[in-house]
This record gives sequence, C-alpha cells and structure tokens, in this order.
Amino acid sequence: MKMRQQYIAFTAIMLREIRRFMRIWVQTILPASITMTLYFVIFGNLIGSQLNDIHGFKYIDYIVPGIILMAIINNSYANVVSSFFSAKFQRHIEELLVSPMPNYLIVLGYVSGGVARGLMVGLAVTLVSTFFVDLPFVHVGITITVVILTSILFSLAGFINAVYAKSFDDITIIPTFVLTPLTYLGGIFYSVDMLPEFWQSISLVNPILYMVNAVRYGMLGVSDINIVTAFTMIISFVVALFVFALYLFNKGIGIRS
Amino acid sequence: MYALKIRNLTKTYKSGVQALKGVDLDVPTGDFFALLGPNGAGKSTAIGIICSLVNKTAGTVEVFGHSIDTELEQAKSCIGLVPQEFNFNQFEPLIEILAGQAGYYGIDRDTAYQRAEKYLKQLSLWDKRSSVARELSGGMKRRLMIARALVHEPRLLILDEPTAGVDIEIRRSMWQFLTEINQQGTTIILTTHYLEEAEKLCRHIAIINNGQTIESTGMKSLLKKLHLETFILQLTEAIETVPVMSGYAFRLLDEFNVEVDINKGKSVNEVFIELQKQGVLVESMRNKSNRLEELFMNLVEHDRA
Repeated sequence: MKMRQQYIAFTAIMLREIRRFMRIWVQTILPASITMTLYFVIFGNLIGSQLNDIHGFKYIDYIVPGIILMAIINNSYANVVSSFFSAKFQRHIEELLVSPMPNYLIVLGYVSGGVARGLMVGLAVTLVSTFFVDLPFVHVGITITVVILTSILFSLAGFINAVYAKSFDDITIIPTFVLTPLTYLGGIFYSVDMLPEFWQSISLVNPILYMVNAVRYGMLGVSDINIVTAFTMIISFVVALFVFALYLFNKGIGIRS
Repeated sequence: MYALKIRNLTKTYKSGVQALKGVDLDVPTGDFFALLGPNGAGKSTAIGIICSLVNKTAGTVEVFGHSIDTELEQAKSCIGLVPQEFNFNQFEPLIEILAGQAGYYGIDRDTAYQRAEKYLKQLSLWDKRSSVARELSGGMKRRLMIARALVHEPRLLILDEPTAGVDIEIRRSMWQFLTEINQQGTTIILTTHYLEEAEKLCRHIAIINNGQTIESTGMKSLLKKLHLETFILQLTEAIETVPVMSGYAFRLLDEFNVEVDINKGKSVNEVFIELQKQGVLVESMRNKSNRLEELFMNLVEHDRA
C-alpha cells in the first residue's frame, strides 16, 4: 500500500474505534469522571484535609496528577482489550486480516482508538479536577508527552491481553489482578520516599511509578524519579510492547489457525 | 494468466489434523469456478489460506500472478471474500461496515461511500443502510457480506457457501447478480452444497475430498462422464406390475410412479414408445437427482474406496 492508502486505512480503523466508544459514551466516558470525582471528594478533600503536605503540596494537589493518569491508563487499556477481543469474538477481525493493510498499521489503528479514549477521559477528569484544585501545569509539554506515551503503552498492553484472550473472563483477569494493584502501588496516593528502603527498591520495577512521577513532574514540578530516567523507562516499555504486539500479530497468535 | 494458481498446498493443524494433503488448483481469469467437496474436505481451509486467515504448512498460492509469500498485499488487494459464517460487527450500521471495509483497502472516504451506496442498492439493502447488522434477516446478512466483499471491486470474488440457508427467491436473485458481475469480468470461485447451483452457474469445477483434489475439469466435460441417468416417470393411470423392457431397468415406486435407469447412448424415446405399446402412458418425467450430484457422489465414494 502506498503512504496515502496507508493513511486512509489507518484513519478508517481509528474513526471506527472512536465511533464505537462514543456510541456508548455513558459506559465509556462518563464512569471515569464520576469515579474520579469520588476520589477527589473522599481521598482529596475529606481524608486529604487531615493529612500533612507532601513535597510542599496539599495532599489533594499531590494526588490529582496520578488520579488523572489512572483514568487514562484504565480507559486506554479497556478500550483496546474489549474492542479487539470483541472483533475476535464476532470474527470481524477478519475484515482487517483479508485486507492489504500491513500488520503494524492494524496494531497502530487499535492503539489510536485506545489513545483517543484515554485522552478524552483524561480531559474530562482534568476538567472535573478544576472544581477541586488549581493545577499549575509547570511543564505542559512534558505533561502532554507523558500522557500520550502512557496511553499508547496501555493501549498496547490491552492489545496483547486481547490477542491471548480466549474468553471474556480473560480480558478482566489482567486488569483486576495486575493493572489495578500496579496502579495503586505506583505512587499515585503517596510518595515512594515515604516507603521503607526495601519497598522503595521493589517499587522501581513498577512501570506505572515512572509514569505517575513524570506526569506529576509535568503538572506540579516535583517527582520521586529523575525525569530523564522516567522518560527512558516509558519509551523503552512502549517500544518493547509494540515490538511484542507486532510479533504476536505477525505470527497470527490467537487470530490465525 | 490464472486468477488463482495453487500447487501442492498442505495444512496440518496444531492438533495434528491434516486438512490439506497437497491441493492443486488452476482457476482461469474470468471464470465462474465451483469448488466442491463434502463437509470437512478442506474447502474452507484452502479458502482461508488464500485469504490469509489460515497459515499454510507448505505449497504455493498465486493470485493473478502475485504469490502470497512474496507479494501478499498485492494478492490480497485482488480478492474479495464472502465467508461461510457471518463475520461483521453486529452493532455497526451497514453503511459504516461497507465504508470501513473500503477504507481498509485505502479507498478514500468519498469513493467509499459512493461504492457502499452502489452495492447496497444493487443488493437491495439501501433502505437498511442505517440499521445495525444484527437487525437484518439471514438472507440480508448474506447479501451484506457480498456487498462488503465487492466494495473494493476485487478481480477475484470467493464465495464460501453464500446461499446456505436462504430461500429460493433470494438464492435465484443472488445467482442473477453473481452472473452479472462475472459477465462484467470478475472471476468467481463458489463453494456450495447446492449442486444445482454449481451446475447452473459454473464453467469449471474442482472437487476436493479428504484434503486432496480428486477432480478438476470443465463442467461440460465432467457431465459427459455421467454414464447413467435415473428418471422418474409419472403415469396417467395406475399400474400394478413393473414394466419390463430389454436394456432398461424399471422400478415401481408406487402405482403412479416408476423409476428407470437410462445408460448414456440410449434413447428416452425408445422408453416412451415401448411403454405405450404396453399400454402405459407417461404424464410427466423428471430427473431423480441432479446430474452433478450423481457424479459428485460417484467421485467421492470412489475416492473413499
């Protein structure tokens, strides 16, 4: 396919994915805003007001970047894992498999849908957060870059989960038993400096720690992790997952017999 | 040039099942080609490999000269597939299914919607363009899959049992539509269990059994191989005994119907004349079964033996 045809094919998948989650926006966009509002009210205002400042920020200010990122992570992942598994389940993935689209473009098409939903939810949650906090957005460029990279990363993770999934149970196991614990232990609600040294070291293997701190650096200007290290880790994870996702797709694992 | 050329195609699934054991196939450009075989013969596996839905174990496949090993994108661009099972997004409107499919082939949005309109109209689905696919009847879903397969205007259209489960009226309208697009230059490969359909539409035929090609020839030359045809004669008056006639085997089905085997080269007129002499008058006559059906059964049973 020529570049222009590839662009058309890519946008065809992306627009289809955006239409899909917008058609059911009450299930896809709205819940995150409501859940995150509860986080702001309960953890931020009610409990947070009883806690000390962290790194010179009120507790609610400190946790807001992580909460926004959590919404982005969950929704990017959920969009791709459910959409791609549904395409396998209903077999309309075959529409793409018989087409001349290169495999990398199909992967990117699904990822673009996850990123679109992640960003849309992120924007909605950020707007909600303005009722509770006044975020300074110290480094806007870094904030946007981290948000997009994180969204890409978890869209790819959702894609890989869907490739292996054989039943609807399989697309809920990873979010429940892996993603949620990693998110909560990724330093959204606390600084890793507050942990004993052993648990600080353990936390460093959690990729979400780097993303939460990088976005906190972008929004507040503080981070537990060196920003260059954080970016290096995030980009490395994105590249590794993209290569792995493409390898699975090229091999036809879970999609071709 | 052949629209499709397959050599020594084999497929062994991970379970160890050998679905294809060396299939060879030549489909001439512009042909209307029947690919027949009993259930589990390997037809759908072969189609899956041609369309990149199944990984082959060995062998070569060329679509209009493009090998699926070295020129996969070009090969795929030439093919439109109507699979056996419904495989569209049940929750998507018809117009979006077609426009989306055109987009995957790199067709710009305006052209995609024009094509979607053209094929939805041709297949009498335009009124349903905004309905989601799951709201369609079975026949409409089959037609939707044909429209979707045509939206990028492929040179080779592969239909895997497209008329399964549709009523005779829709089936006949599908036959007419497929004949028209074949006359306009699209090569068509058809798998079907309705052998009357294959005989009526197709010029060439291949029969696959047990993962191997057991016959591949012109429809006319295949039908010439039929040595014996069985007719059922409906009589004007009831008879009690079986008519006896040298060189012909009669069987009494009931008092008004007899069955007769007529060998190739023998005349049906002789039967009528002799029966009339015996005072038996024939009101109507029909084939006991489709001619191709008899040949098909003979070939498959011979292959099994």
